[in-house]
Amino acid sequence: MHELGVVFHIMDSLEKVAAENEVEGISKVVLELGEVSTVIESYLQNCWKWAAKKRELFSEAELVVEILPAVTYCEGCEKTYSTVEHGKICPYCHSPDTWLLQGSEFNIKEIEVY
Amino acid sequence: MKQVRILEIKQSVYADNDRQAELLRQELREKGVFLLNLMSSPGSGKTTTLMKTIEALKDKLQIGVMEADIDSDVDARTISESGAKVIQLHTGGMCHLDAEMTRQGLDGLQTEGIELAILENVGNLVCPAEFDTGASKNAMILSVPEGDDKPLKYPLMFSICDVVLINKIDVLPYFDFDMEKCREYIHMRNPRAKIIPVCARTGEGIQEWADWLEEEVRKWREA
Repeated sequence: MHELGVVFHIMDSLEKVAAENEVEGISKVVLELGEVSTVIESYLQNCWKWAAKKRELFSEAELVVEILPAVTYCEGCEKTYSTVEHGKICPYCHSPDTWLLQGSEFNIKEIEVY
Repeated sequence: MKQVRILEIKQSVYADNDRQAELLRQELREKGVFLLNLMSSPGSGKTTTLMKTIEALKDKLQIGVMEADIDSDVDARTISESGAKVIQLHTGGMCHLDAEMTRQGLDGLQTEGIELAILENVGNLVCPAEFDTGASKNAMILSVPEGDDKPLKYPLMFSICDVVLINKIDVLPYFDFDMEKCREYIHMRNPRAKIIPVCARTGEGIQEWADWLEEEVRKWREA
C-alpha cells in the first residue's frame, strides 16, 4: 500500500550513506523483509524500478529482497510456530497469550557499491 | 572493471524517520507545543470529531490544526469555521505523513502561542502507524460501521495508540457491532489504550474525550 513512500525513504537514507562513503554508484541493495511486515515484495520491486530511473545513484541498482519468515512465540507452552499458518492462537496449547518473535522487520541489510 | 565493495547497513528502513521524530518531539517540548496525531480510516468522522473537540476546548487551550490529505482543502475549510488556526498539507500522493513533513507543517502553521497542535493524518490504518510523526500522543477513531473486528485486522495501528475513540455510537442499533468484543480486541493488542465511545454528530461522549485530552496536555506540560 505504501511501497512507493518506503522506497523514497530507503533511497534518501542510502544517499546519505553514499555521500559519507564516497560512493560513485550503487549496484545492489539487499533488504530484509518480514513476512507480516505490511509491505508487498512485488509492489516494492515495481516502485523501485520506477524511482531508480529518476535518481542517478540508483540507475543501475538491483533490488534484492530476502524474506524473513514470521514466527510467533507462545507464553503458555513456550513453543514457537508459523504465524502465517496459525495466527494469534497457539496451535499446540490454544493459548491466545502469544507474541510475534520475528516477521515484522523491514531492514536495509547491505549495499553493493562502486 | 569497476571496483565493487559491500557496505553493511543493518538498520531498519524506519530508523531515519524515528530519529527525526525524536528530534521533533524534543523541539516541541522546548516550545511547549503538545502535538496530537489523529488517525483513522477515511469516513470515520475525524473532521466532525475535531470540530466538536475544538468547540469543547477553545476557551481553555490555543489550538492549531494541520489537515493532511492527498489532495483538496475541504477539511481545512470546514475546520476554519471553528475559529481555530488551520493549514492544509498535501502529501502529493503519499499515504501517510512522516516526521519531516510534520515539521514542515508545523513551520507553516507557525506554532507561536499554540498549546495544542492537532495533526489530522491521512485516512488510512496502515502506514500512518509505521511512521512516527513526533507526536506527544497518538489517537485514533474507529467508527461503528467499520466493524468491531478492526483491531484484529490492523493490529499495529491499535498497538501504537494512547486513546481510541469509538465514533458514531448513535447508529449502534443498526449494526452488528459488539462494544464489549471491540474493547477486548483493542486491549488484546494494547492493554494501555484508553477507549472512549463518542458520537461526534450528537456530541455524546465528546466532553469525556475533551477532558482526557486537556488532562494529558496538562500532565505533559508539568512533566
